[in-house]
Amino acid sequence: MAEFIFWFIAAITIISAAFVVLNNQLIYSAVALLFTLFGVAGLYVFLWADFIAGVQILVYVGGILVLVIFGIMLTNKIKSVRISHKSMQQGVGGAISLWLFIFLYSALFKAPWVISDAVEPSGTVREIGTLLLTDYLLPFEVISVLLLGALIGAAVLSREDT
Amino acid sequence: MHNLESYLFISAMLFCLGVFGVMTRRNAIAVLMGIELILNAANINFVAFSKFNGMNLDGHIFGLLVIVLAAAEAAVALAIIINMYNNMNSINVDEAARLRQ
Repeated sequence: MAEFIFWFIAAITIISAAFVVLNNQLIYSAVALLFTLFGVAGLYVFLWADFIAGVQILVYVGGILVLVIFGIMLTNKIKSVRISHKSMQQGVGGAISLWLFIFLYSALFKAPWVISDAVEPSGTVREIGTLLLTDYLLPFEVISVLLLGALIGAAVLSREDT
Repeated sequence: MHNLESYLFISAMLFCLGVFGVMTRRNAIAVLMGIELILNAANINFVAFSKFNGMNLDGHIFGLLVIVLAAAEAAVALAIIINMYNNMNSINVDEAARLRQ
């Protein structure tokens, strides 16, 4: 049963990701991206990463996707219901992506991965919090400054009178 | 149950679809969606290696940092895209070939 659910979530992720990059209507792409992000959150649950799955849904689905839909709405005439856009060079792009996929595929099945087994933890939040305030304190502070800088930069860039 | 390779396989497919989107899309917001797919693929790899390396949580920290970076990148990119739309009335990346107005 778990096997079936895993491959079901994987199929949702991949098929909606293909829909994101192949569909010609921007708003449909955004909705398909929603399913991809939820599928990735499901994969995180299978990887015992409960906190990352929650953050994925909060930040990606609740934040970035809403931002993307805002962007679509603000950069198109509201009268044009079919917000469509064409892709270009699909043949070359597809060939390069396919080559890249074959390369990655052969690499990941040939590589001798070193796997050490683990027991399922009861939760990862406590350990992640401890790590963030001990071993990873500097990256944590740096990324908070970066987020503040990005916030101010975005506010300055999107002002009318600059 | 599921081995490492199945996660890496899904992540590789997501990455290649994202690269395809970035290469073929003309609309800047669609390019941004491709970048989000690529970042998600990288994140799946981080968390998968974290689990199969004896539940070492360093990968989770990297995943969190990637998610924060994606949020910052999306905010700045959309501000730039909206400016570009105000200046050129179009957000096709192949028409944005000059830096001045």
